[in-house]
Amino acid sequence: MYQYDSYDQAMVDTRVEEFRDQTRRRLEGKLTEAQFTPMRLKNGLYLQLHAYMLRVAVPYGTLNSRQMHALADIADKYDRGYGHFTTRQNIQYNWIKLEEAPDLLADLAKVEMHAIQTSGNCIRNISSDHFAGAAADELVDPRPYAELLRQWSSFHPEFNALPRKFKIAVIASDTDRAAMRLHDIGIQIVKNDAGELGTAFYVGGGMGRTPMIAPCIRDFVPLDQLVSYSEACLRVYNRYGRRDNKYKARIKILVHELGAEEYTRQVEEEFAHLLDQGIEPPIAELERIRTCFADPAFGDGARSVDRSDPDFALWVDRNTVRHKHDAYVSAVISLKPVGGIPGDASAAQMHLMAELAKEYSFDELRVMHTQNIVLPHVKIADLHALWTRLDADGLGAPNLDTIEDIIACPGLDYCSLANARSIPVAQKISERFAANGKTEALGELKLKISGCINACGHHHAGHIGILGVDRKGIENYQLLLGGSEAEDCSLGKITGPGFSEDGIVDAVETAADVYLRERAKGERFLDTYRRIGIEPFKEALYG
Amino acid sequence: MKLLTGNDLKSGAVVWWTGHDWSLHIEDAVNAGDRADEIAQREEAARRVNGPYAVDAEQREGKARPLHIKERIRALGPTVRPDLTLKPADPDHRDWVI
Repeated sequence: MYQYDSYDQAMVDTRVEEFRDQTRRRLEGKLTEAQFTPMRLKNGLYLQLHAYMLRVAVPYGTLNSRQMHALADIADKYDRGYGHFTTRQNIQYNWIKLEEAPDLLADLAKVEMHAIQTSGNCIRNISSDHFAGAAADELVDPRPYAELLRQWSSFHPEFNALPRKFKIAVIASDTDRAAMRLHDIGIQIVKNDAGELGTAFYVGGGMGRTPMIAPCIRDFVPLDQLVSYSEACLRVYNRYGRRDNKYKARIKILVHELGAEEYTRQVEEEFAHLLDQGIEPPIAELERIRTCFADPAFGDGARSVDRSDPDFALWVDRNTVRHKHDAYVSAVISLKPVGGIPGDASAAQMHLMAELAKEYSFDELRVMHTQNIVLPHVKIADLHALWTRLDADGLGAPNLDTIEDIIACPGLDYCSLANARSIPVAQKISERFAANGKTEALGELKLKISGCINACGHHHAGHIGILGVDRKGIENYQLLLGGSEAEDCSLGKITGPGFSEDGIVDAVETAADVYLRERAKGERFLDTYRRIGIEPFKEALYG
Repeated sequence: MKLLTGNDLKSGAVVWWTGHDWSLHIEDAVNAGDRADEIAQREEAARRVNGPYAVDAEQREGKARPLHIKERIRALGPTVRPDLTLKPADPDHRDWVI
């Protein structure tokens, strides 16, 4: 994985000391909160419902064991013994003290991590496929390109005050595991007819109050023009994106209002200008980055496991994913135990995951945007030993991509923007389906819950989505069906009037039962919904 | 009735106006009435708390309770982690929130 050079380290260390000074001045009363807020936000420090919250960037979701141990130590030293893995491959701490924040950031910097640009109207953490470098279906490892974009976008002076926040995802396979088309820019590494690698650019996607699927504005940009084309996309947005209304300030609104064709024309014009200027970083830098992502020394081994233990066999079936090397799999550690808080991990669990990564996965871990953790390179022969240790510490839930593998934002339990709680709904649904035994029969069913219209819980993109709203001070939950953030990207539709907290749990089971009744052989929930439409579900829900 | 609330500058913790100071415990909150905005401005200027503001509340069993669920959760802590609330050992402390 990428290792900081002296420039990276100096930038992060300098920023820590700058923030230490800013914090000191705030605590001494020399800065008002209005003056200080943009400074702390640029360093990932929010003021949430109960305390300061720090969001730490995990570039393209990749961590080594030393970093995961450090995240665990931070949970113990500065927080209350746990962290929350987010829907953009980051980690958040919910109980940070302002006066300790600079020391925390200094501890992060020691392991080549930071919280820079995890908030504010700038280019946020670049996300990617959580199976990058391991997936059997990828053209190349997308992370060197994501890293190049990370370096380009970090402290980019021109894009430090965009009309609104800006999110980029990079993938390198036809299977989209990063919700690429629901980002401001989605980049897919592709091959052209001549067999050359390049990138397809999808611009203007997003969730939030106005969900949109990004259109493809160019199907092939040569890899040695990746930064120039990205810069052109940002420049047009920075110039014409709306600053008069924060709800219309995201690039998706600009692309929609201009039309994809006109937006593309302007980008191409800017792109030609940038090519003339020669802003693309030297290819040697990309080569330097690429060497950091070389394959580990894979060895040979067994291709199958002993399935005599049914619990282990179920976990293997559900939580392991095909690897590009036949003797390996990517193993998903579920952070969704039945009745648990999606994405939360205790310091002890983080330490364990770090140890297991060191022992079984070439020292690598990945954070999934679905709030689980991946050990990307696990030898099939080691799976039983790995599962045994995970299961002993409550990390062996066999539920990847099932209805119990729920994405949920922090909701009104933690978030000052939320209108309703998300986590208790997720807990009740996972408990309901664990008890009624329908999880296995339902197969792949992606359920996503947001506690407000900002959609951090990706409810628009759930096969089943739930949106919490405020009805005169009472929590109410809308049900959506038919969303997908994968390569068959679609936006869910609201079924009708909302439900109470308990009512939404019943409603989800009702929708699941409609699927079980109506499905044809081999159909997932989403397939059946697309074939029969929303009406049979509405009939069952509202009679 | 109006309660005055904000977040402590150093810890970010939710605090409530007691009439002369700020407390972590909503049980200490007093009705700021018509003076809520004036007190908030004064306290903001003194930079003792972040963003003080008034919330509507009522008396329930002799205790001040915010009308809106968000403020009740602020007063309690996360409903999903009772161990992290101010009085984790007291289940009655949570009954009034949801």
